[in-house]
Amino acid sequence: MAKVSLTVNGKALTAEVEDRTLLVQLLRDVFGLTGTHVGCDTSQCGACVIHLDGRAVKSCTLLAAQADGAAVTTIEGLAVGDELHPVQAAFREHHGLQCGFCTPGMIMSAVDMINRLGGPLDEETIRHELEGNICRCTGYHNIVKAIEAASAQMAGLSQAAE
Amino acid sequence: MYETTYHRPSTLAEAASLFSGASEARFLAGGQTLLPTMKQRLAAPTDLIDLSRLAELKGIEVTADAVTIGAGTTHATVATSAEVARAIPALAKLAGLVGDPAVRHLGTLGGSLANNDPAADYPAAVLGLGATVHTTKRSIAAEEYFQGLFTTALEEGEIITRVSFPIPARADYQKFRHPASRYALTAVFAAQMKDGSIRVAVTGAGSDGVFRAEAIEAALAANPTPSALDGVSIDPAGMLADIHGSAAYRANLVTVMAKRAVGGWAG
Amino acid sequence: MGVEGIGARVLRKEDKRFITGRGRYTDDMAPSKTAQAVFVRSPHAHARIVAIDTSRAKAAPGVIDVLTGADLAADKIGGLICGWMIHSKDGTPMKAGAHPAIARDVARHVGDQVAIVVAETKNQARDAAELVDVTYEELPAVVDLARATDPDAPQIHPEAPRNIIYEWSLGDAAATDAALARAAHLVTLDIANNRLVPNAIEPRSAIGSYDPAEEHFTLYNTSQNPHVARLVLSAFVGIAPEHKLRVVAPDVGGGFGSKIFIYPEETACLWASKRIGGRPVKWTADRSESFMVDAHGRDHLTHAQMAFDADHRIIGFKVATRANIGAYMSTFSSCVPTYLYATLLSGQYDIPAIYCEVDAIYTNTAPVDAYRGAGRPEATYLVERMMETAARELGVDPAELRRKNFIRTFPHQTPVIMAYDAGDYDATLDAALAAADYAGFGARKAEAARRGKLRGIGLSCYIEACGIAPSAAVGSLGAGVGLWESAEVRVNPVGTVEVLTGSHAHGQGHETTFAQLVNDRLGIGIDKIAIVHGDTDKVQFGMGTYGSRSGAVGMSAIVKALDKVEAKAKKIAAHLLEADESDIVIEDGKLKVAGTDREKSFLEVALAAYTGHSLPAGMEPGLKEGAFYDPTNFTFPAGTYVCEVEIDPGTGKTEIVQFVAADDFGKIINPMIVEGQVHGGIAQGIGQALLEEAVYDRESGQLMTGSYMDYAMPRADDLPSFRLMTTETICPGNPLGMKGCGEAGAIGSPPAVINAITDALGIRDIAMPATPARVWEAYRAAAPAMAAE
Repeated sequence: MAKVSLTVNGKALTAEVEDRTLLVQLLRDVFGLTGTHVGCDTSQCGACVIHLDGRAVKSCTLLAAQADGAAVTTIEGLAVGDELHPVQAAFREHHGLQCGFCTPGMIMSAVDMINRLGGPLDEETIRHELEGNICRCTGYHNIVKAIEAASAQMAGLSQAAE
Repeated sequence: MYETTYHRPSTLAEAASLFSGASEARFLAGGQTLLPTMKQRLAAPTDLIDLSRLAELKGIEVTADAVTIGAGTTHATVATSAEVARAIPALAKLAGLVGDPAVRHLGTLGGSLANNDPAADYPAAVLGLGATVHTTKRSIAAEEYFQGLFTTALEEGEIITRVSFPIPARADYQKFRHPASRYALTAVFAAQMKDGSIRVAVTGAGSDGVFRAEAIEAALAANPTPSALDGVSIDPAGMLADIHGSAAYRANLVTVMAKRAVGGWAG
Repeated sequence: MGVEGIGARVLRKEDKRFITGRGRYTDDMAPSKTAQAVFVRSPHAHARIVAIDTSRAKAAPGVIDVLTGADLAADKIGGLICGWMIHSKDGTPMKAGAHPAIARDVARHVGDQVAIVVAETKNQARDAAELVDVTYEELPAVVDLARATDPDAPQIHPEAPRNIIYEWSLGDAAATDAALARAAHLVTLDIANNRLVPNAIEPRSAIGSYDPAEEHFTLYNTSQNPHVARLVLSAFVGIAPEHKLRVVAPDVGGGFGSKIFIYPEETACLWASKRIGGRPVKWTADRSESFMVDAHGRDHLTHAQMAFDADHRIIGFKVATRANIGAYMSTFSSCVPTYLYATLLSGQYDIPAIYCEVDAIYTNTAPVDAYRGAGRPEATYLVERMMETAARELGVDPAELRRKNFIRTFPHQTPVIMAYDAGDYDATLDAALAAADYAGFGARKAEAARRGKLRGIGLSCYIEACGIAPSAAVGSLGAGVGLWESAEVRVNPVGTVEVLTGSHAHGQGHETTFAQLVNDRLGIGIDKIAIVHGDTDKVQFGMGTYGSRSGAVGMSAIVKALDKVEAKAKKIAAHLLEADESDIVIEDGKLKVAGTDREKSFLEVALAAYTGHSLPAGMEPGLKEGAFYDPTNFTFPAGTYVCEVEIDPGTGKTEIVQFVAADDFGKIINPMIVEGQVHGGIAQGIGQALLEEAVYDRESGQLMTGSYMDYAMPRADDLPSFRLMTTETICPGNPLGMKGCGEAGAIGSPPAVINAITDALGIRDIAMPATPARVWEAYRAAAPAMAAE
């Protein structure tokens, strides 16, 4: 058994789990954070993307024990109180989700993409950067629009802040 | 996944000692291939020895002649390294084409090379540049390192520590993605070294893993431009064939991607 | 149009929970003391189960029980059913083999379940599953549709000799043969419709639980139609009578047809819960399991001939199709290649004679059933590939050949059952051609050629039959259920509204669009309207969501219930306002006496209904009405899609450089949501055309494309942005004039893509998916001298 201590969405959490426990299993089954989803078993669909120390990773392809000591942000921790993150708001505004299942991973990947690359991002960049996230509902059209808009808005915000 | 015991050593020496004390241990680098394999119960190590936090395996060092990258360096770090981009832009480009952004945040150079998937990207750069693979025991030339599908010169318990890539005069990497897995269906790393010699390595296509395309190298040695490859064809014997592409198709892609890589030398 | 009413681009109410990670999907639920189930599955495509030894597994840590097909039979749990009877052309009923929830004697496809292991944790269940010792005697398998009826092919079910389930036909054979005989031009096409895996991103999941005290079962399930699941599990499988079985389909992460069906796994979880004394039993598929056991889609082989007269008018169409049903008949598998396929073979065209034969065939593969479009994509692919091929052979413009043959008067009775009620096919063709700059294609092709690219353009003028379906009509054709829908509108004393619907949303946005309808009628803000669905304890009955029916059928039921609510509200208002009922109008959430300033708010009327203090004499208190709506006809969405591609001759890679969709969906409730449905449908259609195929190894029967490593799902960089537009002819068959939009994209797009690729390459046909390797091979065959770059 492995003792795992994490900061999850700003809260210090500890659990004792089997060594083979994946981070996504710890988040969902032990911590009850079911917003992070599992859509495949080959690390491709991206429904499980979370941020580990600020970087997007697939929580189905990481042992909980490997993440010991890290800061994890899940979809549940993205909004500040009632205030949605700009990417969350853009997904709603641009109808970037339908069934909602891939959405948490999409949003976490989109936030990571904008954090890494800055904004505004163009369509080609966004489509390439979404290589690790599969959506079956939207045909990606409105996801791309949402990320375009959010990246532009966040670039504006970051300029305003400087 | 079968039950396993996870270890996180803080030095390479401790990692080696953990390995020798376990019955069927595996080193865990970024885990981006090993963990999916374990999830499908296709691998069942009794012990997993996590190398991802070892400072000894980190870092990028650039000299006049070589870029040396710690085996524990992630693809994302290599892809976004300004030093790598200045010295060997094709290497940074290649690292940025491995997997997807989330995979690149965890996957490492050493992990990729130790696994030696026949469709992985890094083997093309290692062989294409004639890099040297440094381990806890020795230094291994690229030609000796790759020994067929998922097979390398690494011995039991031997850990890749860093890889030294000679800086070429010019190089490019051209990848044609597998439509499903996004690994290389065929990808070519083509380089002209500072001494003028040509090295062209192919991943994804060969039934024996990464290989040097000698016919292409010969044609480019005589005339290092894309048009030199116009008449060059690759023998489909020795190419992988599956539902995503015949051997003839992959053989064609070798030439096409090589031509594009040479075309990329200008830029 | 109000800001929240019909036609408004209202943002979705349901989004907040999904974008904040608060969606509630089946696998998110963990009822107290839930045990975890894992299935032992056949590694063989066809094998006799000689013996199963569960003793080692039962002794493994954490294992609660291990159950087999013999246990299932001992408890008299019945087999799964196919709910639509098809008769062969000789009058005999279809020959369906048994479909036990756990295979007992024979495993018939890779992944067929042979035992269920229930343990404390999933890892323990998985570990123990490997200890179940099954002795198989391997049998020869056949996965290949073309070979499955050979006299020496392995026999899959004793009930179906030569693996033929039915040999069905539709239309007038003699008239069609006569038309073919007198044709000035006869176009022949042999075509395959590739087998697909639906791949909703949420894997299927079920939690079955049994309450021994109440002898009552509850099933949480990834279902598109919980009531149908309850009906089948009660009436046919025999789990429990309906009043002792509650089925809940909470948030469901996409369906595309694959979650319509009643599968073995949920059946087994319910039964296993009772066997282990009532602890909930949960199973969630791994993606690799989904690939093996979710119902696949399509998989047709077709030979077709279309006859034209000298003036290029179609005079006859003859079609022979073999449809792969897989190893078992899934819930609606029989109707997909028959009544959802052959009835659409007239396309948008006036064809006097059509004859279609369909043979449904068992193979040692996963069951095949409805997948987005279900039969209609197969029909459209055939018709539109045929039209394109004909135009090329006749040397005429493909758009003009279509235009020449369009149906222009409505209603139009086709020779294959369907009576089209309304449409304007010129309008969608014109809109699409103009938007795509069809006339300018030649210049773009020449410009692409200068860049070394092969450019092609392809059209598809699709029609579909949606709004499934008039109950009496489908009953006469063999359906085991009626296909009406129910709704209940509950007005609360404070004037808020709950709508209970038998439709089920799994991405379609019903919580928003259905509320828009109520807003439009009653003027109540959509934040005061709740749409309740997906729970058989809450909604009395319903037929669920598939076949683009939730708007045309589900919302029509709500309209009927709203009619009744309004009528009663008007009576109450008239009484309160001392006016005549016929003078009351509803505007902006108020009930007014027309032409006066006397009014009551809806809230006041609702409150009056519930206080009962002042109601018209004899009126019951309360304001709650229900309705059942049975459609009078199918609806017929139609449109034109234009796809333009550029092919890289060096790699064979196809890039879609332009995709235009012009659709006529009749009345649209929320354009934003409709566009989203079309985007997703087109993406699935492009996926079928370029990327996706379920491939079984012909010898071993193993699934070669059993994960995303080998089954190519469309990703963001495989697709372009789409240009959409709509035209409108109102559907006369339902009160809202709606036609349905959920499947159009998947139906219309594959032939447009393949027509564009064959145009670019100058070839007659290419198999789907037109992968880079296939395109390169085709190009090399067509232009050997140019194959090397």
